[in-house]
Amino acid sequence: MNTMQHMRRGAVASIPMIIGGIPFGLLFGSLASSYGLSPWFAVAMSAFVFAGSAQFVALGLIALHAPIWVIVSTTFIVNLRHLLYAADLVKFVKHLPMPMRIVMGFGLTDETYAAVRPMYEMGSADDKNGHKVYLGSFLSFYLMWNVTTILGVISGELIPGMSEWGLEFAMVATFIGIITPYLKHNAFWLCLLSAAASSIVLSGLPNNLGLLVSAVIGVMMGYVADSSNKTTSNSDDNMQEVSK
Amino acid sequence: MILWQGVLILLGMFAVTFGVRFVLFARADKVVMPTFIEKALKFVPVAVLTAIITPMILMPNQQVDFTLSNPWLLGALAAFVVGIWRQQQLLTILVGVLVFFVAKYGISL
Repeated sequence: MNTMQHMRRGAVASIPMIIGGIPFGLLFGSLASSYGLSPWFAVAMSAFVFAGSAQFVALGLIALHAPIWVIVSTTFIVNLRHLLYAADLVKFVKHLPMPMRIVMGFGLTDETYAAVRPMYEMGSADDKNGHKVYLGSFLSFYLMWNVTTILGVISGELIPGMSEWGLEFAMVATFIGIITPYLKHNAFWLCLLSAAASSIVLSGLPNNLGLLVSAVIGVMMGYVADSSNKTTSNSDDNMQEVSK
Repeated sequence: MILWQGVLILLGMFAVTFGVRFVLFARADKVVMPTFIEKALKFVPVAVLTAIITPMILMPNQQVDFTLSNPWLLGALAAFVVGIWRQQQLLTILVGVLVFFVAKYGISL
């Protein structure tokens, strides 16, 4: 297979999440215009920052006239989860040249991680072609996100009530579509339930800190359940299966 | 917002976002992950994504709304059931979105 074919495989694996992302990008663009921000600001943010949920949080803070350091540090916290994705992908990128790693770092999103990571597990992506598959996923998301932002800015000016429609539910459904395939093992259920419960309990914490703390709690609960299981059964085999 | 503020916000957001995503890739050939971290990392997507969406689903108006008149809850439950049952991402997303919009607009008509 040549480079284009590998890239196409990455794009194809991403199609469901690209479709789920379209309403979200439209909403982002339309929110920016309903907040009275310059269309260029929204378009530039999608082009240079390229981080869906962080862009939404930032827009909300800008609308509240929050200071710049608050906007930037909140962005940092909302995106900290990508550090965990990167940690998981290190073993697959360490042999790649630096410019390739820079591009892959820029394009590291929930969706591309969710699309490409299982392909490494299944063997349909490897050291030789994994970065091409990844680029195909990243570029198709990048194209979708920027086009829908522009369309959202335009339609937000034409259709004023658009930001009230609940388009962000598409992100919820997309993330549920990413989560459910993992739930074949008790440890993942425990991870889900504890992260969900603590995210509600901690929702009052400022600057999305509840998100970060809940994520850590979920990971720890899953890890503990997983390793206490391991002493009694051969759950390693089950885990392999889950990742597919 | 004036121009330099906008530019500063974008530069700052770019720097922290790219920084977080790239810092480990930059040292990827030297970073060695301890085994327990490797084992914990596989729980990251479920934990993070759940923590993002649960407040959106259960607290659409800043208070817990665990009733069937909450379209976020209905849509999410539908997506979840389909996701567990069929494991097809596109179907999960479409059914969830459909149920959400029917609950939000269909019922109130």
